[in-house]
Amino acid sequence: MSGRLEPAPIPRRDFLSLAGLLSAAAAVLGSLHGMARLPRPRLLPEAGSRFRIGRLEQYAAGTVRVLPERNVRIVSTAKGVAAMSLVCTHLGCIVGETPDGFRCPCHGSRFDAQGAVVGGPAPRGLRWLEVSRAADGSLLVDAKREVAPETFFAG
Amino acid sequence: MTAIGPAGLALFRANLRALPRTFKESLVRQGPPVSDRSRSQAVFGNVFLHLHATRVHIRTLRFSTTMALGVATASLFAILVATGILLMVYYKPATDAAYQSMKDIHYVVPTGRFIRNIHRWAAHLMVIAVILHMVRVFYTAAYKAPREFNWLVGMGLFVLTLGLSFTGYLLPWDQLAYWAITIGSNIAASPRELTDAVGITSVLDPGGFIKQLLLGASEIGQEALIRFYLLHVMILPLSVVALLGVHFWRLRKDGGLARPGVAVTTAGKGAAVAGTPPAAPEQSPRKTYGLMCIVRDRTPATNLDPADTLPSWPFLLRAELLVFMGTMLLVTVLGIRFDAPLKELANPSIPENPAKAPWYFLGLQEMVSYSAFMGGLVIPAIVVLGLALIPYLDREREEPGIWFSGPRGRRMAVQSLIFGLAAAALAVAVPVEFGWIRSWFPHAPQLLIIFVNPGTLLTLAYALWSLGALRRTGSTRMSAIALFSCFLAGFVVLTYVGSQLRGPNWDFYWSSSRWPVH
Repeated sequence: MSGRLEPAPIPRRDFLSLAGLLSAAAAVLGSLHGMARLPRPRLLPEAGSRFRIGRLEQYAAGTVRVLPERNVRIVSTAKGVAAMSLVCTHLGCIVGETPDGFRCPCHGSRFDAQGAVVGGPAPRGLRWLEVSRAADGSLLVDAKREVAPETFFAG
Repeated sequence: MTAIGPAGLALFRANLRALPRTFKESLVRQGPPVSDRSRSQAVFGNVFLHLHATRVHIRTLRFSTTMALGVATASLFAILVATGILLMVYYKPATDAAYQSMKDIHYVVPTGRFIRNIHRWAAHLMVIAVILHMVRVFYTAAYKAPREFNWLVGMGLFVLTLGLSFTGYLLPWDQLAYWAITIGSNIAASPRELTDAVGITSVLDPGGFIKQLLLGASEIGQEALIRFYLLHVMILPLSVVALLGVHFWRLRKDGGLARPGVAVTTAGKGAAVAGTPPAAPEQSPRKTYGLMCIVRDRTPATNLDPADTLPSWPFLLRAELLVFMGTMLLVTVLGIRFDAPLKELANPSIPENPAKAPWYFLGLQEMVSYSAFMGGLVIPAIVVLGLALIPYLDREREEPGIWFSGPRGRRMAVQSLIFGLAAAALAVAVPVEFGWIRSWFPHAPQLLIIFVNPGTLLTLAYALWSLGALRRTGSTRMSAIALFSCFLAGFVVLTYVGSQLRGPNWDFYWSSSRWPVH
């Protein structure tokens, strides 16, 4: 006993085949990693998230307008104009209006008239969207920018 | 250089005349199979046929052993591949053309409607057949060693079958398709429910990652359609073919169909080729050892008893052909009698009300109506994982091939089915009758809503029930029977509720005749 643990020597043939195997594995993993990048484009094809909804004067207090192509509901009150998304926060179906709020046809989530969850599986309330004024004076809604519920744009 | 003389020409003419014969000989080496031996040799030597053993046990051929479910599933897959390729001739995976091409297939293409109907009904039947096949294999304990791995492969095929069904009904780009992609991709993104509730979505967003990978965009459109098309016609079918090959091969290598009275060897081979092999007669390559001891002719004396076995050709092949023809007949009749549905063109503003998935996903949809993350991802993952692990957790040695492993297991299965039905009915009835957490405590934290819902409680009840069975009987097999029966009962109840008892806004109705008119 020398008192010191010497690692068992690896035969050269074993070392070389191990090295060959590992480099092949590294090459395969590397190319798989490169291939996995293909399905994830850097630039996502999508329509712009901002759209014009007309001028503030067109929205007298009490006006309700649903834009089906955007799935957005525009409400105007004395406090101003607000936009709320009609996309259910559960799994993305479009909610329908009921006398006391909104219902989702797919899995039965319930929202009150302000879009807050009152029942069903939805994890959160409907999204209120930012309303602003574009340079030409018309109102602009940005579907990507969420604001606190009951945020009205008064001009 | 030799000129082609008369002798050379004569030789050439002779070769030319012999061409049909020599070609045939090169194609089929054995000549016409006229005896058991030559037929066995054909099974042995043919690349397609040799997925079969050359002889099978008579029990394998009985209808009561398999109920023909495995071969029926494979036949349906073959039918689906053939009809699917035909449909690909006209189908266009583009959002502005897909629906029109479906209409063309339905109304213009010769036999198009018929082929599409067959494709649709064969797909539905395949889901049924694959589930029943799993039920049969489970209850006859055919998953036990050495067949554990093949059970796993079967689970893989089950998941792939559901994946093929899902990606398939997305392609017509009708209302069903559009809202199914919407819901499906959002279920994939539903880990966000959890990460949002904990507040770490900006750092860790696995849900968003998967959703983007599936859709190829932030919204559903052309990119998503082409990706699902690729999955449906290429990735998933190729995976099925690969796994099916392994499934069949392992079936043979694990000793054929499970049957009682067969000592299981560690090598994983059953009686068909068990016994001590004598030295292979090297001088005669065609008379391999394998064939020498399994054909009926003069065989060398081995310890092997070929009693109760029959040559695969013709008996097994005939049975398989019979099942295939029966399956063909069934889908043909269904295809003539019933048209595959095609809903209206996809409308991103108005989902149908109620928006229902095909029947086999309605149990899932019911679960998702409690919580997207738990019902759509976690519970299905637990179920699939639990099913997959059964053969590794239940390793009791017993005779396979006996339904419910005897009367004790039959009792356990019946009790568990009753418990499973009752628990699932209760899980649906309570929220329908009394509401759930949110109707009692409107400000309950979201994490509570996610984790405590009828679906998770039902899963928990099933787990506890099978643990109780384990305790009562001290048998892992009995516990597995309890769990599997509960799972079956839950699947049936939730599917029934989802398909029959849910109406507009996913409200509960005893009958669709009571749906409000709008």
